[in-house]
Amino acid sequence: MTDASAPAELLRVANLHAFYGESHILHGIDFVVNRGEVVTLLGRNGAGRTTTLRAILGLTGTREGSILINGRETIGMATHAIAHLGVGYCPEERGIFASLSAEENLLLPPAVASGGMSVDEIYAMFPNLYERRASPGMRLSGGEQQMLAIARILRTGAKLLLLDEISEGLAPVIVQTLSRVIRTLKERGYTIVIVEQNFRFVAPLADRHYVVEHGRIVEAVTMAELDEKMHKLHVLLGI
Amino acid sequence: MFDLLGITPQALYSQLLIGLINGSFYAVLSLGLAVIFGLLNIINFSHGAQYMMGAFIAWLGLTQFGNWIGSPGMQINYWLALLLAPLLVGALGVVIERTMLARLYKLDHLYGLLLTFGIALIIEGLFRYAYGVSGQQYEIPEVFQGAIDLGFMYLPKYRAWVIVASLTVCLGTWFVIERTKLGSYLRAGTENPRLVQAFGVNVPLMITLTYGFGVGLAAFAGVLAAPIFTVSPLMGADLIIVVFAVVVIGGMGSILGSIVTGLGLGLIEGLTKVFYSEASAVVIFVIMVIVLLLRPAGLFGRER
Repeated sequence: MTDASAPAELLRVANLHAFYGESHILHGIDFVVNRGEVVTLLGRNGAGRTTTLRAILGLTGTREGSILINGRETIGMATHAIAHLGVGYCPEERGIFASLSAEENLLLPPAVASGGMSVDEIYAMFPNLYERRASPGMRLSGGEQQMLAIARILRTGAKLLLLDEISEGLAPVIVQTLSRVIRTLKERGYTIVIVEQNFRFVAPLADRHYVVEHGRIVEAVTMAELDEKMHKLHVLLGI
Repeated sequence: MFDLLGITPQALYSQLLIGLINGSFYAVLSLGLAVIFGLLNIINFSHGAQYMMGAFIAWLGLTQFGNWIGSPGMQINYWLALLLAPLLVGALGVVIERTMLARLYKLDHLYGLLLTFGIALIIEGLFRYAYGVSGQQYEIPEVFQGAIDLGFMYLPKYRAWVIVASLTVCLGTWFVIERTKLGSYLRAGTENPRLVQAFGVNVPLMITLTYGFGVGLAAFAGVLAAPIFTVSPLMGADLIIVVFAVVVIGGMGSILGSIVTGLGLGLIEGLTKVFYSEASAVVIFVIMVIVLLLRPAGLFGRER
């Protein structure tokens, strides 16, 4: 799926500032995500990780700085136009629509690029969703809702996935399933940015970790450096 | 049985028919309000004025249009008006939404209500200035003149058409919203517009078109009403208060609720006229009070 002639860099965030009304949340975020990489944004609650994902999609208030997606500057673009650059978003609160059935939720997001998974492939990947397809969105369990929230952005052809706290509040067996899903998606060439609290869940999956604190990136750790920087990470994350 | 109750069957049937006609108007108007409230979170107080504009466009097209273009024989007939009035009023709605309402979404409901109330007063004032309050007559289209003999009563053809047309429009709207892809965007947008936009749907455009469609429905009802009620600048102001009561009873934002409640309350109003006509003007408001006390979200509404 990765195009050899395309540049390696899929997402470049530079000096990103974001505001909610009067409050200044992000103070110059810089990071880079290459095609086919899994990258995490780690940090404590309120550090600005979720805001960073939301700012990439233009869901915050004012935002300043630069966000290049596939080499295109998106800082002045409308949210729906950014999505059509091939971005899929799975929000922290999962955002399953209560008035839609599970299958309507799955079919809701419009295609933003070619090459999305077919509904059959998705049901093969998430058999539970097939069984629950006629249920109203709000009747699904937390794990089913989370899988649905991921599944529905795989259908759209988005290649850059922004996943916010997908393991939060789920049973260990479901977290293992999600871990397998992320691995499969990586093998298929998806580029994934994960905001995560559960370091043990993402540590084996990610190529790189960025630590966010007070609205800035304070540390970047590659997979190779993980052992030597483990102590520092523990201090930064308070784990 | 009719003797026991002291009424005639003719009186009962004719009042039920009037109730059904009024109910049809309540249904189409409250449906438009419900669609607008669902997505925009705005209580569109100018709905009555937009309904009145629909009726006026029909009347102007039939009686004045020829003079304006200098050939008195030219007319915009009823059928053309039925198409043209919703388009014109919808287009005006699009302009109102883009230039004014779009600035209010981050504020409380109250601001939208005040703005649309102001717009209603301006529109009604302008029409009153131009055409006075006495009201104009609109002739029933030729195909619908006369009545059908149902055996137990005569059913005026035009009234039958109003009921059929309103119900068709209501059910069509319900079908689009509940059973199509476009409708799923609308329902999802009602719950979480930002997320729907993050999926790549042009939500601001969808909101603009929804407002245009909602007020277009009001204009459609206005054209339907032109041959039945007097076309006057205040015809909407009189009706809209009852329609708001219908919306409150059915539940804000509920599509099916507004249709069923509209028709049901029209019939109840008609029945009240037969059995205790003194109460007919207030019965809907009495029901509204009872519903608000027992089910504040309305009969079909969800707490939000």
